[in-house]
Parts: sequence; structure tokens; C-alpha cells
Amino acid sequence: MNALLMAPVLIPIFTAMLCIALWKWRYAQRCVSIVGAFALLGASASLLISIDTMPELNGVFATQLGGWEAPFGITFVADRFAAIMVTLAGLVGACTVVYSVGAIDKKRESAGYHALVQALLASVCGAFLTGDIFNMYVWFEIMLMSSFVLLTLGGERGQLEGALKYVALNLLSSSIFLAGIGLLYGLTGTLNMADLSVKLAALNETDTKVVSALSLLFMVGFGIKAATFPFFFWLPASYHTPPSVISALFGGLLTKVGVYALVRTFTLLFVGNYAFTHTLFLWIAGFTMLAGVLGAIAQKDVRRILSFTIVSHIGNMIMGLGIFGVAMHRASITTGVESEVLRGAGLFALAGTVFYALHHIVVKTNVFFITGIIEKMRGTTQLAKLGGLYHQRPFLSSLFFISAMSLAGIPVLSGFWSKLTLVRAGLQAETYAIVGVSLGVSVLTMYILTRIWAQAFWAPIPEDDPEQGGVARDNENREPNPRGFAWMMSPVVVLTGLTLALGLGASHTFALTMRAAEQLAGNESYISTVLGAPEPDPRRLVEFHDPIESELHAQIDDHLESGGH
Amino acid sequence: MNSLILQTTTRMLMPLMLLFSVVVLMRGHSDPGGGFVGGLIVAAAFALYGMANGPEALKKLLPINLQSFIGCGLLLAFCAGLPSLVMGGGFMESQWGSVMIPGLGDEPLHVGTPVFFDIGVYFVVIGVVTLFFQSLAER
Amino acid sequence: MEALLAVAIGILYAASLYLMLRRSVVKLILGLSLFGHASNLLILTSGKLLKGRPPLIGDDAHALFGEPAVDYADPIPPALILTAIVIGFAILAFSAVLVKRTVQEVGTDDMDQMNNTDLEAAS
Repeated sequence: MNALLMAPVLIPIFTAMLCIALWKWRYAQRCVSIVGAFALLGASASLLISIDTMPELNGVFATQLGGWEAPFGITFVADRFAAIMVTLAGLVGACTVVYSVGAIDKKRESAGYHALVQALLASVCGAFLTGDIFNMYVWFEIMLMSSFVLLTLGGERGQLEGALKYVALNLLSSSIFLAGIGLLYGLTGTLNMADLSVKLAALNETDTKVVSALSLLFMVGFGIKAATFPFFFWLPASYHTPPSVISALFGGLLTKVGVYALVRTFTLLFVGNYAFTHTLFLWIAGFTMLAGVLGAIAQKDVRRILSFTIVSHIGNMIMGLGIFGVAMHRASITTGVESEVLRGAGLFALAGTVFYALHHIVVKTNVFFITGIIEKMRGTTQLAKLGGLYHQRPFLSSLFFISAMSLAGIPVLSGFWSKLTLVRAGLQAETYAIVGVSLGVSVLTMYILTRIWAQAFWAPIPEDDPEQGGVARDNENREPNPRGFAWMMSPVVVLTGLTLALGLGASHTFALTMRAAEQLAGNESYISTVLGAPEPDPRRLVEFHDPIESELHAQIDDHLESGGH
Repeated sequence: MNSLILQTTTRMLMPLMLLFSVVVLMRGHSDPGGGFVGGLIVAAAFALYGMANGPEALKKLLPINLQSFIGCGLLLAFCAGLPSLVMGGGFMESQWGSVMIPGLGDEPLHVGTPVFFDIGVYFVVIGVVTLFFQSLAER
Repeated sequence: MEALLAVAIGILYAASLYLMLRRSVVKLILGLSLFGHASNLLILTSGKLLKGRPPLIGDDAHALFGEPAVDYADPIPPALILTAIVIGFAILAFSAVLVKRTVQEVGTDDMDQMNNTDLEAAS
């Protein structure tokens, strides 16, 4: 079990090292990278299955690196949330590596592309699994380093300018995060997150206020990484510059690491002042959603539009975290049934965040992949120059349609259920304003995606005009070579199938995210597993049953039955 | 640079530096020293050679691909962490054993996974710093 | 001593923010590296500042904290700073190369002169 927990980090590190050792042999690197990515997928999936199903684990497993006991050594912990995220990282990794066989050019491949991708996967998995706040900083830095190089690989002018913004803001966020860690250590004398959680809860009132202020440093630091409202500018400026496969990897995984860090720290560490911190999250979420969607409307290039929609979707995830905190705060000042209902709403909101992250990683990676194929076919992603794709490639177009509709939140697809969960939680927690914003943003997202569909897929191929120099005509018949095309298509088919499966099997997906949310909301099992303390009061571990939750379960089942026939 | 004094000195200094780097590497576990410092000494020796005889001569001296060399060092350091994991402990937990080597006296030689980790670091540092030097010298 | 360091950290942060707000890319990178140094100093200060104490505790002490009270220098903040410095150095090296390449490619180090990658007209 120790080995299984470490495998999602060790396998990609090993693969990256092997790729460096095979520096001169491009094809060998490619093979090693594919094998490594699938091994990672297998290991992380079996980690998720064993964490979720083995009853003796209670849903959490921890290992101490180098045999140094917590809280002194570095701990690796996998709870359900971390295991879900690691599995998705494995999935995106495997898809990316397969896709890049057809998509990435020779120059980039011999400049260490595969080693960098594997290093990125290792650091993402490390950030998900670590139970030590400083170790998380180190993984973040490794992630930044490999993403910097991936972003600038090829050295085109646009890439360099985009990377400059990316590097500057991410460096700033790391330093802020580091300052936060330093102050937190000064206050508590520990870096282990489980131990921090215990120590922060035991602080006196004045120090708790200091912690609330301190938590803002983490909010800003992780907020920059996750591209939340006032700090999101680097994302749309840089994500469209590298080749599509790298955009897919970044858009699918990297921002989610920021979201993961926010959820982890603001459910485990900074829970002393829900009313302040999590209300702030609601504001941030609202503005993030609006800013992302309005930015997307103004754009005329598919990849730029998709980059901006990442921002608005991040807002949705942050919204779940905010609703959770607000509901928990209101539950603590009310009593009886009302308090229970609010607590249920909080769980629901967290489950919505996890569900949304899960859905978004799969779908966003997929739409970037499809955009990459379109770019290979037409040589451009400008909406005005595209058109007629549906006639040329009906199958690819229908795959895009499914993913885009899932992104917009059309029923039966995965995006719908995650949004439904969040909206439902918001209504229960009586945070109507944010729910209104979220619904309005969903409509606008729908508009943006139908516009891409109408202009790029349905509209006729644009006529030649002198300004475009007949580029569109020339590109009409440009077909990628069939073998490369097959490599690029297979991950797209798999990911689209997964979107459908997540949506059609929503009751299972939802149950899994609900179990993850229960662990996040009640940290007892996490803390006791890491610190090896005796099980706390069993009454607090009793699973929470709330009438509205079972009602939604029933509704989802009903909907599936009626929709399935 | 074409200096007879530097070339002659380098010829005498280089073997000493290489030998000294091994000493520093091996005493590193419980005394000051270790793979990082040892690797730097080797890299300094190579840099000296490169300065005395030109970067072309250095390339001839090192016919291997430095990137692959770095990769091998990384792999060695990484594999030093694995035995304890296989035995059910944590990653990178040190494992020690002792071997009697005839001709080295009655004291057994203590060998453990940290030694291999250090040797891996030694290789990586040699590779990285020499690569720095080579690419700077070729500018 | 703490007060002095606090002022120093404040000056470092202020200087780094000033540099970052300049239009020159080179100054931006310098500012970012100063920001990192300020954070490192902050970590050092947030651990206890003791003069001439060993980072180890004697045999007679039973615990790091509590009774009997042990006065020792905490080795963790320097260890954290060392890690952060190494990482910061690597990233600084990368950003220096990035700036060099960008200036070569664009022909200026003025942020205002650079193409704005978020605008549609660019690329």
C-alpha cells in the first residue's frame, strides 16, 4: 500500500529520468513516455479504487517518507479527493502523451518534451498527494519550472511574450505562498497539514484573527495559480500561445492544482472564520465567472475563447467552496433542522466543486485536443476563417458538439449534473445572488459555445477575400497524415466517451464526489490517519443523512430512467 | 587559451582533483562532503582542462552524451529510494548492510542506500555543471 | 533585532514592488527576485531569532517545547530558506534566459512596446 500511494509520483519521475537518459533517441523516449503514462494511469486508478473501497482504510491512507514520523517528516496522504484528482492527472497524462505522437513536432520532441511532460505530471500528482505545506510549495515550483519550459519550447514570439506574463505572476504567487508558509510556521511551529489543522483550531482568539489575515496570503497565492478574479490575466494571455496539446495539458490540469490547493487549505486549515473567508470566496467566484465569460464573448479565436472560459469555470468551482463555508457558518449559528439542512447544503456544495473539477478536467482537455486537430487541418483557429467543418468531418464535429454541450451544461452530460449540484446547494444555503450569477454565466457560456459551433462547423467555408489572401480555400483540402490523425483522434474519442459516461452514470459519480466531500468537511479521519492518533469521538464520524440529499439521488435516478428510454 | 604553464599544471592537478573528489564523496555520509561537493570538484577539473586545452579537447575527453549521463545519475539516485519501498517501508528510508572485504582489515564495510543516492547526485552534478561549462564555452 | 528585520523586510518588499511596477522587463525580474528574498527573510524572522544557540537539545531535555524549557535555535526556517533559495535561483536563471530571448526577439525590453498577447490584433 505504501508503494501504491507513492506510485503516482514515482512512476512519472522515473519516466522523466529515463527520458533524459535516452536524450538522443527520440523514438525510445516516446515509447518510454507512453508506457510510463499508462502505468501512471493504472497506478492512480487502482489507488482510487483501493482508497474508495477498502473498508479498513476508512477512505484515507498516509505514508511517511524516509520513515520519519509525522509531524516531523514529510507525509504523503491520499484521501478520496486527492485520489480522484490523481486519477484524472493520470488520465490526462496518458491522453496527452498519445495525442502528442501525432501533434508535436520533431524539434520540440528532441528538446526534451517528453521528460518535461512527465516531470509536470509528477509534480501535479505530488501536489495532490502531499500532506506537508512546504512540500506542496516545492511541488508547485517543480510544476512551474516544467510548465515554463513547456510553454516556451519552440521559442516563437507570441510564446515568449505570453510566457513572460505567466512567469512573472506565477513567481509572485509562489513568493506570496512562501511568505504565508513562513508566518504560519512562526505561529504554530509545524508544517504538517494535519498537525497544522489541530494547532490552528487550538489557537486563542487574537491568534485566530491573525490566521484569518494570514489565510488571505494563501487565498492570493493559490488564487493566482487557479486564475481567480483579480489575478486571472496571465491565463488568457499565455494559454493560447503554445501548441494545442500543451494548452490542453495546462488548461485541463494546471489551474485545477490551484483549485485543489484552495479547497484543501480552506477545508482543512483555515476553517476558523468561515463568515469572512468563504464569503470573500463567493465574491471572488462571482467576479471570476463574469470576467471569464465576458472576456470569452469578446474573442474571435477558438483557442482564446476556450482560454477565457477556463477562467469562468474556475469561478464555478470556487463558488462551491464559498457556498460550503457560508452554509457551515450559518449552520453553526442556527439550531435544529435548519442547521442540519444547511450542513447538508455545505456538503453538497463541496461535492459540486469536486464533481465540477472532475468534469472540467476531462472536457476541457478534450476541447483543446479537438481544437488542435482543427488547427492541423486548417492552419488557423480564427472563427472567421473556419467553417464547413461539419461537412468535412462529421464525426469529429459531433465529438466536439458533445464536449461543448457538456461544458455549457446541457442535461444528461456531466456538466449539467455538476452545475445542478452547485445550484441546488446554493439555493439551500440561501446564497441566491451567486446562484443567479452562475445561471446567467451558464447561459452566456451556452451562447459562446453555440457561436463556435455555428461559425466553425455549420457555416459555409468563407469566400476568398483579398484580406485573407485565399488562405481559407487553400486550407480546405489540407488533410493531416492519416497515422498522425489516428493518434490524435483516439484520446478525443476516449475522453468524449468518458464525458458521456460521467453524465449517464451521474448517480455513481455523484455518490463518489459526495463521499469525497464528506471527508473534506469532516477532517477527523484525515488527521487521525496522518498523526496516528486514536479515533476521535465516533458520533462525529457517523454518516450524515439528509432528506434533501436522498431526494436528489432519487431525482437523478428518475431523470436517467426517463431519459434513457 | 594557449598557456604552457596552465596546460602543465592541469596535467598534474587533474588526477589529484578526481581522486580527491572520490574521497570527498565517500566520507560524505558522516563528515563534511558528499555527492554535491564531490561532483563540483570533478566539474572544476573538467573546466580547468577545457580552459587549458580548449573546449574541443574537452569534448574529445568526454565522448559520452552528457544529457544521458545526467539521466543515469538521476536514475541511480532514484533507485536508491526503492529498496525500502519494496520492503514495505517509506520511500527513501535508508537501508544499511555490512560486507567484509578481504584485504581491508577486520572492520566490515558499511554499505547503504544513501551511498548510492550520493553517487547519483555526484553524477548529476558532474553532468550538469560540465554541460553548463560546455555550452558557455561554445558561445 | 526583530524590529530591525521587520523594517528591512518592509523595505525589500517595497523596493521589489516598485521594480515590478516599472515597464522594463529586466527590472520586473529583479523585482521578483527581491520579492523572494524578502519572503525568505520573513521566514527567518518568523522562527525565533536567537544568538549563539545550538540547533540541538541536550540529553537532559525531554522535549523540544515545555518543561524543562529548552532554548535552542530552530533549524527548520534555515532549511526552508535553503530550499527556497535553490529553487528561486533556478527560476531566476530561467527567467534571465527568457528575458534575453524575448528582448532579442522583440527588440525592446519595454513592456508597453510588446505585443499584447491578450488582444485580438496580436499574433
